[in-house]
Amino acid sequence: MRKRFTKLADLRRYPALAAGIAVIGIFVCVSIYTLIAMPYNEAIRLWRGGVGVWDDNPQNAAPVWFDLFTRDRLPRTIIVSSTDSGTKTEEQIGDGAKLLQIMLPFQYPYDGFPDELKLFIQATYEGGPPAATLSWRTPDGRTIVLQENRLIKRSDVYYISQDQDLRARLSAMSPQVGLFVDSANQEKSLKGDYELLLTAEVPQGCELNAKLVVYGRIHGVAGTDNRRRDLMVALLWGAPIALIFGVAAAVGTALATFVLSATGTWLGGKVDTAFQWLTQVNLIIPLLPVLIMVGYLYDRSIWTMLGLVIALNIFGASMLTNRAMFLQAKESPYIEAAQAYGAGNSRIIFRYLMPRIAPTLLPQFVLVVPSFVFLEATLAVLGLGDPLLPTWGKVLDGAVADGALLKGYYYWFLEPALLLMLLGIGFSLIGYSLDRIFNPRLRTV
Amino acid sequence: MRQTISRLGKFTLVRLVFLICAVIIAVYLTVMVANMGGELDRIRKAEIREQVAMQVYMNPAYRQLPPEELQALVDGLVQDEEKRLGMDQPFFPKRSFQYLWRALTLELGFAEQMTSDAGSQQVRLIILERLPTTLLLFGTANLFLFFVPLLAALFLSRRYGSFLDKATIALAPSSAAPGWFYGLFLILIFASIFRVLPWGGLVDAPVPETTLAYAGSVLKHMVLPATAVVLSSLFANIYSWRTFFLIYSSDDYVELARAKGLSSRSIEMRYVLRPTLPPILTNFLLVLITMWMGQIVLETVFQWPGLGRAFYLAIQLTDTPVIIGITVIYGYLLAVTVFALDFVYALVDPRVRVGPAERRA
Repeated sequence: MRKRFTKLADLRRYPALAAGIAVIGIFVCVSIYTLIAMPYNEAIRLWRGGVGVWDDNPQNAAPVWFDLFTRDRLPRTIIVSSTDSGTKTEEQIGDGAKLLQIMLPFQYPYDGFPDELKLFIQATYEGGPPAATLSWRTPDGRTIVLQENRLIKRSDVYYISQDQDLRARLSAMSPQVGLFVDSANQEKSLKGDYELLLTAEVPQGCELNAKLVVYGRIHGVAGTDNRRRDLMVALLWGAPIALIFGVAAAVGTALATFVLSATGTWLGGKVDTAFQWLTQVNLIIPLLPVLIMVGYLYDRSIWTMLGLVIALNIFGASMLTNRAMFLQAKESPYIEAAQAYGAGNSRIIFRYLMPRIAPTLLPQFVLVVPSFVFLEATLAVLGLGDPLLPTWGKVLDGAVADGALLKGYYYWFLEPALLLMLLGIGFSLIGYSLDRIFNPRLRTV
Repeated sequence: MRQTISRLGKFTLVRLVFLICAVIIAVYLTVMVANMGGELDRIRKAEIREQVAMQVYMNPAYRQLPPEELQALVDGLVQDEEKRLGMDQPFFPKRSFQYLWRALTLELGFAEQMTSDAGSQQVRLIILERLPTTLLLFGTANLFLFFVPLLAALFLSRRYGSFLDKATIALAPSSAAPGWFYGLFLILIFASIFRVLPWGGLVDAPVPETTLAYAGSVLKHMVLPATAVVLSSLFANIYSWRTFFLIYSSDDYVELARAKGLSSRSIEMRYVLRPTLPPILTNFLLVLITMWMGQIVLETVFQWPGLGRAFYLAIQLTDTPVIIGITVIYGYLLAVTVFALDFVYALVDPRVRVGPAERRA
């Protein structure tokens, strides 16, 4: 055994092993970082938080590094609020009324047009809602009236880019284009200082606050999905979940199968027969359909699925290969010697039989991890992902279900897919290298 | 000789009983899971009551009736409906065993909600309608997956350590990903970016009129899903079969054959391929059986109207007769194959003898 582990330490002879360990190491580090920086409840809030959490994110925005590959500067999201960079002035006009002006200035340095425009207004008042006039100033000094005498509700959202009346006045251009277009060149946006102006005559005691969001076309390191969620949350959280699910399922089934087949083979007789029966029955029960049925009819939490996967895989096909190996080992002279000096059953199983076979099976433990990681993704694509947690599979499912491939949001599909592949390659590299180290018969062929 | 026959007969019988029991247990488990252990009955009864009550209250003819009579009418109709569906009997033990018996005798009955495209509710017809498409897709892919890796593995085992050999080993991990995963990449490349192949489905719409055009259209739709299936296990097959060939081609009797001066071709055919065929055959046949279930996700991703999709739809609709019907046939096919394999082993590899080994003199 020791000799084998000293070989293992000599990573330079096995570059594939070193590469595999490096890949998995990075995933482990990312997982630990994620679990510390973004605890469970925070992740759930960010992923399932509802409208409030993602309001300021653009929809289906590409990752920001797309900017590096395009000649144009892609628009990013700009947020101006009367509580920070905006200005608010009040002027008494008698009769207990005041003229309230909110100016929301911002600089627009990007090529192309924003994705969407929204104005969020918070108002406190008694009696009827105040009326406000909204206008827009472009860098070349034009003023466009957006809406006159808009009745402001207590929590109002003005969807500027969906204003059909405004669209008609902007010669049928969508407002997010028409408000930014360079009048000299209809293809291009006009860069410079813009301003949104809100004026309202309101009674004393009435307060207004406004926030303008100019949604960009790129957002965050990973982009956003159709529900404005930052994909980074799911990509980060997917790592620990994939690792835990894959490793737990692989180790759980492999260990259980290993111990049970050793016990069954050694004890023989009824125990062995019972195990063989269970294996045969289990062979006829199809794994994925049972998982789907349980997911639809009972519970689809990832831990239920994990338990079920382990339970259904214990008496799987690997039971047969394990058994064949143990049958061979059982006949070895050293086992007979152990028996002769009076070693008990458990001593023979755990100290004599299992250590002998373990190295041969170790590569298999590692090699099955990716298939379990992909199993989680498979379940998610069938709509059976964990109801709460964000996983790579669920991002894939979202992308496929929303037609990301059809609409050209390739990053949405490619990011989780490439991460899944990378994790799979990492484990495979380790597994195949271990196979060459522990089962060296092939090297001499 | 007589001893051999009786031994063979006994072995066959034990094996048969064993497999039949395995099928019975597996199907009964499916019956239990698909009915949520009887829990599904409560939901169905509530549904029946709601439907019946709705019909009665909406019917103008009954509007004049006093509430008690109306209630009695609903109760009576609910009872009739439950009796019609056999739900007046308890699920466990009586009905669950009835389901089991009907499933085992292949009396598949009628689906609760699903229909075949032709409009029939018979489970048998639903299955028969979906079967050809699944067989076409996975049959083609798996034939390819048997012969190409076999030839490639033989070829590579002769060139152990060459660049091609190393490249194939390096690609072996690609098989960890399932077919649908490659399918999505293929869709991305060939349907979305280059727009040369269809996204999914079985034929073009509108359906081509001539048989030739129809076949061409199906073929075009089959390219991507079949490639996805092949990609998902091609290199792993080559790798593991190559390993088999390498192990067996270093056996003593192969060395002897080589020493005798036999041509490498006849060594391959008679001394290497023959003992390695059983594991390869097992592998291939088991894959062939799982084909019966179709690949649920692959068929979903490609909108391929096969058995896998039918099964998935049945689960979504909790259409138990369809679920049980597909499972029981799968169980039978698997059992028959496993049974047949025992004999195939003996035919292919002369060192394997059917029956308990100790008795052999």
